[in-house]
Amino acid sequence: MSAPHPLAPEARLLSGRDLAGLVLALAIVGMPHALRAPWWLALLTLALYGWRGVVLARRLPLPAGWLLLCIALVATFGVWTEYRAVFARIPGIVLLLLFSGLKLMEARTHRDAAAVVFLCCFLLITNFLYSQGILEAVVMCVALVVLTVTIVGFTAPQRSLRSNARSAAMLLAHGVPAALLLFLLFPRVQGPMWGLPQDAQQAVTGLNDTMTPGSVADLAQSDALAFRAEFSGPIPPPRQRYWRGPVLSEFDGRTWSAGPPLIAQRDPHLRGGTTLRYSVLLEAHHRPWLFALESPAKRPPQANFSPEGHLLAISPVRTRLRYDMMSVADAEPEPAEDARLLRRALRLPAGYNPKARALADEWRRASANDAEIVSRAVDFFRRSKLAYTLEPPPLGHDSVDEFLFSTRAGFCEHFSSALVFLMRAAGLPARVVTGYLGGDPNPIDGILTVRQSDAHAWAEVFLPDRGWLRVDPTAAAVPTRLDSGLARSVPGSSALPLLMRPQLEWLRVMRYNWEAVVHQWNVWVLGYNPERQREFMSWFGMHGADWRDLAATLLGAMCVFAAALLAWSLRHGARPDPVQAAWLRFCRKLDARGVARAPYEGPRDFAQRAMLGAPTSGSAIRRISDLYITLRYGRDRAPADVAELRRLVREFRPA
Amino acid sequence: MLRALRKDPRWVNWFYGFTPPERGTIQLRHRRVYIVPSRVGWMFGGTVAILLLGSINYALALGFALTFLLAGLGLAGMVHTARNLALLAVKATRVEPVFAGEAAQFRLLLENPSQFDRPSILARHVASGAQVVVDVGAESAAEAVLAIPAARRGRLALGRVMLETRFPLDLFRAWSYVEPDAHCIVYPRPVISALPAAGTHAGGGKSRAYNAGSDDFAGLRTYHASDSPRHIAWKTVARTGNLLTKQFSEDAAAEVWLDWEHANPALDVEQRLSLLAGWVLAAEQGGVRYGLRIPGTEIEPDRGDAQRAECLQALALYEAR
Repeated sequence: MSAPHPLAPEARLLSGRDLAGLVLALAIVGMPHALRAPWWLALLTLALYGWRGVVLARRLPLPAGWLLLCIALVATFGVWTEYRAVFARIPGIVLLLLFSGLKLMEARTHRDAAAVVFLCCFLLITNFLYSQGILEAVVMCVALVVLTVTIVGFTAPQRSLRSNARSAAMLLAHGVPAALLLFLLFPRVQGPMWGLPQDAQQAVTGLNDTMTPGSVADLAQSDALAFRAEFSGPIPPPRQRYWRGPVLSEFDGRTWSAGPPLIAQRDPHLRGGTTLRYSVLLEAHHRPWLFALESPAKRPPQANFSPEGHLLAISPVRTRLRYDMMSVADAEPEPAEDARLLRRALRLPAGYNPKARALADEWRRASANDAEIVSRAVDFFRRSKLAYTLEPPPLGHDSVDEFLFSTRAGFCEHFSSALVFLMRAAGLPARVVTGYLGGDPNPIDGILTVRQSDAHAWAEVFLPDRGWLRVDPTAAAVPTRLDSGLARSVPGSSALPLLMRPQLEWLRVMRYNWEAVVHQWNVWVLGYNPERQREFMSWFGMHGADWRDLAATLLGAMCVFAAALLAWSLRHGARPDPVQAAWLRFCRKLDARGVARAPYEGPRDFAQRAMLGAPTSGSAIRRISDLYITLRYGRDRAPADVAELRRLVREFRPA
Repeated sequence: MLRALRKDPRWVNWFYGFTPPERGTIQLRHRRVYIVPSRVGWMFGGTVAILLLGSINYALALGFALTFLLAGLGLAGMVHTARNLALLAVKATRVEPVFAGEAAQFRLLLENPSQFDRPSILARHVASGAQVVVDVGAESAAEAVLAIPAARRGRLALGRVMLETRFPLDLFRAWSYVEPDAHCIVYPRPVISALPAAGTHAGGGKSRAYNAGSDDFAGLRTYHASDSPRHIAWKTVARTGNLLTKQFSEDAAAEVWLDWEHANPALDVEQRLSLLAGWVLAAEQGGVRYGLRIPGTEIEPDRGDAQRAECLQALALYEAR
């Protein structure tokens, strides 16, 4: 019986302005996805957006459902051939992009438009799975503004865009404080609630637990951030900035790998040296190890020491992780070591690198003790004029021999691999340590930035009674690597990452500033975790707040905010017109005497009727109504007359 | 028991916050404005919940930011939707009478005392489903005209009207009921028929056919407010600027009584009233002076729009004893 509800979204048709807003929002939120998606899918989605525009402009009928279904099926098949999966994360996100176009193609009413808006939200959040930088946050804010203006346009189609934009701005202004409260106080939980999907672990640049010739050189060409460290004291000098990562003890002739843990984990006992306190903000690298300056002295709560003395987190680092560390620089190592570890550190595969073995034998014969062998080796690297290059020539079967005696050019993995091989051949337990060397102190905020280009590999040699000693053959051969970093150590190589080139000084300054901002962003926005939340609460005197305290505080704060918002909306906006107010008061007084003004009755008619109803007050009624008519409908309004009217009404006593 | 409660006017009036019908200007206090999430609003809530779960599971800081921004927007949207309706002033203005079977044009004046405009306010007549969407500008008023079918003669009360809005985000639906004291006089549905035979004319020896008279132009006289616009000499008005009414020769002479007793007694009350209404129209059309005599009411012969309205209203409000 009843007509369709004109405010129901399913009854309101999309206008050109609505569609333009939706397409703009989709373009903003879909762009980052489109850049990652297969090119044909990005083009198809774009074509769908355009097609919808043409349909609207030319008033064509919307395409039939079977046609859209065909497109969806073909595109899904295309995605399957591309990724060999449909229900995994990346293909799912790509399909979400496509469906945004398909949904737009069948969008006729505001109900469909609402579905497109929700799709936009999902496109926004899935983008954060890839990156959560400041840029992504800006994109999100812009998209939200566009979406809000568009939605306001849905409900007020006849209103100007400008007015709708103003309404949207007010909505956002009122929504942001609530959002801020929720962001700060909503109880956060650490870690995933359910398992992550299989493909959550993407390929990320970073150190591996194996090392082959050329692998570190490849890594060193990346500008990507590895971690940042904030020191509570001064930043240690470059030669102390050895960041210990995975230790590789197994060698198969070509590849170094960690090998199985032979003994239980244990905490180190360090003596001497200088203590360094700092915190590390480690980028997610989906591997378990954490990095710490040599020699790490304490372990963060979420990590353990490996038998080889590097830190292993309990679970792989899937999100940016902040941990406080303490290290001791130039500490005396423990002189004793487990026999099984030492045996492994001596193992060499047979049939590799005969020249290197011969050299090691010669050193062994000529040396009085183990320490002398080490110093001969260091001397050898210092004098042999091996070239340090990011583009090492490929090596064949006897990789150490070829590096030391024929190609004579390599990167740190060649140097460390060769040294460890030589030491083991000479009968000294030795192992490869990978990690980072150096880091770039930001003069703006004093934070040390370590990039993948700082990746490094060095060696440790075990000397009886003295323990494991660090020997860095790269530093011996190329002393500038230690103090001046990679940039000044690799001669004029085009393979150097852009930002490490010394000519671009101004670019580096800009980058320092930017990185200082990014670091704060990482710490306070992205790294806002339960721990930070407790810290935040302690500023307000609430120490050791748990989730119940947070929830209660949040509830209270939200109630206060909602009440404030409600009070604002209760405000009457306009100041009542004094003339009208006086007139209404006059009418109320007459109403109390039984003379009610009919809604349609003008002041003159009403006054005439009132004079009949209350004849004794006739003159007062006439004066008031005449003055009211003059003031209300006349051209100018003298303040004295307004005061007079108010006085007359105040003194009016209908008999 | 709940059903009994729903029928009890005391409880109903308390629940809706007013006692119908309301006279004068009705201000929609907050107490009278209800708000619930719309279907889109529920979908929005579901979306926010999914985004929140995703943000927690993947530890997405910006996901939290997005989720909470949307939640904050939803909260602000709720307040803004209620604000779009609250403190609006509603009053019913005069309603022109209609014949039964036509639509009564009820006019609601929506006055906005605030400095912000209130777009997309739906006024919907609950009983008939008649509806219209209006925008009310800042510190101004808008008229919502509800065309409500008038089926039966008599006094048609406007009844309950729902005012609803979903501005600005479509997520919430705020509504309020008003029941202004507005009535429309509904004349009986006229049955077009010839006037009763001349012999039944009372009070005069003249027996000219009523319909011959209007052709006999007799002259002009000054316009009275009660004259039918049809008889204004528009050509003369255009020429001289003076409002003059054309007079016809039988004006003073032809007089007819439209009498309840003249209608066929076999007809029932409503049919008789319809017949009389048809006579009133015919008599006015014919330009004769006519009076109306129905049980309980007698209207002296006269002519013109005022006479017509008076007669038709008497017929509309006739109550059988």
